[in-house]
Amino acid sequence: MTTEKNKIEISGLDLYYGKFHALQSVSMPVQKNLITALIGPSGCGKSTLLRCLNRMNDLISGVKVTGKVLLDQSDIYSPTFEVTELRKRVGMVFQRPNPFPLSIYDNVVYGLKVAGMNNRKKMEEIAEKSLMGAWLWDNVKDKLHHSALELPLDQQQRLCVARLLAIEPEVILMDEPCSALDPIATMKIEELMLELKKNYTIVIVTHNMQQAARVSDFTGYMLLGKMIEFNVTKDIFTRPKEKLTEEYISGKYG
Amino acid sequence: MMRLNPRYVQRGAVFVLGGATVLTLLILIFIIFFILEKGLPVLTLNFLTGNPEDLGRKGGIFPAIIGSIILPLLAILIATPLGIFTSVYLSEYTRESKLTRLIRFGTDCLAGIPSIIFGLFGYIFFVITLEMGWSILSGALTLAVMILPTIIRTSEEAIRAVPKTYREVSFSLGATGWQTVKKVILPNALPGIVTGIMLSIGRSIGETAAVIFTAGSSLRLPTSIFDSTRTMAVHFYILAREGISQENAYGTAATLIIAVLLVNLTAYWLMNRFIAKRRS
Ligand SMILES: Nc1ncnc2c1ncn2[C@@H]1O[C@H](COP(=O)(O)OP(=O)(O)OP(=O)(O)O)[C@@H](O)[C@H]1O
Ligand SMILES: [Mg+2]
Repeated sequence: MTTEKNKIEISGLDLYYGKFHALQSVSMPVQKNLITALIGPSGCGKSTLLRCLNRMNDLISGVKVTGKVLLDQSDIYSPTFEVTELRKRVGMVFQRPNPFPLSIYDNVVYGLKVAGMNNRKKMEEIAEKSLMGAWLWDNVKDKLHHSALELPLDQQQRLCVARLLAIEPEVILMDEPCSALDPIATMKIEELMLELKKNYTIVIVTHNMQQAARVSDFTGYMLLGKMIEFNVTKDIFTRPKEKLTEEYISGKYG
Repeated sequence: MMRLNPRYVQRGAVFVLGGATVLTLLILIFIIFFILEKGLPVLTLNFLTGNPEDLGRKGGIFPAIIGSIILPLLAILIATPLGIFTSVYLSEYTRESKLTRLIRFGTDCLAGIPSIIFGLFGYIFFVITLEMGWSILSGALTLAVMILPTIIRTSEEAIRAVPKTYREVSFSLGATGWQTVKKVILPNALPGIVTGIMLSIGRSIGETAAVIFTAGSSLRLPTSIFDSTRTMAVHFYILAREGISQENAYGTAATLIIAVLLVNLTAYWLMNRFIAKRRS
């Protein structure tokens, strides 16, 4: 794990929800153009850790964060780091597909508009490119101005990916992006992730260990707010170093 | 104890609920019908466009119609931005605390105060202290103060009802707080906000107590916002109360009811168009 390949470096990260110590001295690297998976039982802090990477936890009152998160070597929690800038570079796909109640087109260009773009031609080009990038273009090219809510769930989720691709992030965070989808739609998203990793760095939270094993290059196993083990995915699933990890992946609990 | 058969309970419930609905509708229809029956015969073009003569015994109600348009309109124009900004501030820019709860409690209390109190307040504050006299301005400001709590509370509820995920997504795409408010929260809260505004328009059109003390009851056509004016509701009140003319009182009431209906219909139409446009 050489440092210059690390897109993100988390070190000694602690997070409190009020008095509750939700992340305890977590450290973990995220390598560029690879997929890093976070696994662990419900409530262990996977989503919390993920949301630290684009500072979405800032929106919750009473959250306190200490420690370091470096994005390309600069600390995203330093007061001089512009949080809207950070979120353009580190984007997020949520657990449930959540398009705005707007047209498909307006969803895709939302991020561009808030970034101040108003060149219609340019926005149309980017929208097409992003929808293609999310493998959705053929499904929606004839109904760009229909409501996004008319799409089936899996297409809504890919629309959320397209909406993110439009702002050209460097890192994509995915919090259980397939949990609302059926197996076929899940497979499609997984294939899409493998394609996206050529250009993006991906961190995914998943409950599904097979999914982590299938798509990720590195895996972190978390338990009760601690990072128990972080390693190459193959090693985590074939010869875990920690007893706790072994218990989890062999299905003893979780 | 005897256990009632759920089927009968269910039927009884349907009967009671349905009965209440039918009764409400009947009362409403009866009132509208009663007033239109007595008022419509008086309603002619001359009545709507003519000036009142002999204190309203003869002639039309044109100045009162103008008063009933200008006063609520001005009040809404003043109260809507204030109310929406306040509710946005309360729900998006402050954390839930003792202070926000106190403010909410205060607005709830204000919303329940009888309008005549607002009338007296407007008289003392706008008419006397600020020396605005009996004028459209005093009346509109008083009405604005009166409807402000309603607009704040309905807007706040509407804003709270916007799904949290919309905010999260917007922020996660690099939007600022204000961009999120402007592009996501307000458009999605709009139907609720408009409902509050409609309620307020209805309330100000029908208002007498708060208006008579502040805008006065001049029968002349106003030429500026510093002139006194008389609304239809006040006109109706004076005609009926002082026994000037029963027929013209009902004519005024009928005009008022039709006006309120028209305002509501237009609002629903506009809102449906807006929603349809956003969805497609
Ligand atoms: N806003 C919050 N306020 C207080 N506690 C919270 C908040 N969000 C999460 N927690 C707590 O922090 C812990 C970690 O939550 P988190 O959502 O990160 O878990 P998770 O690993 O993503 O779980 P899941 O697999 O169920 O999504 C849990 O105990 C949870 O109850
Ligand atoms: Mg989670």
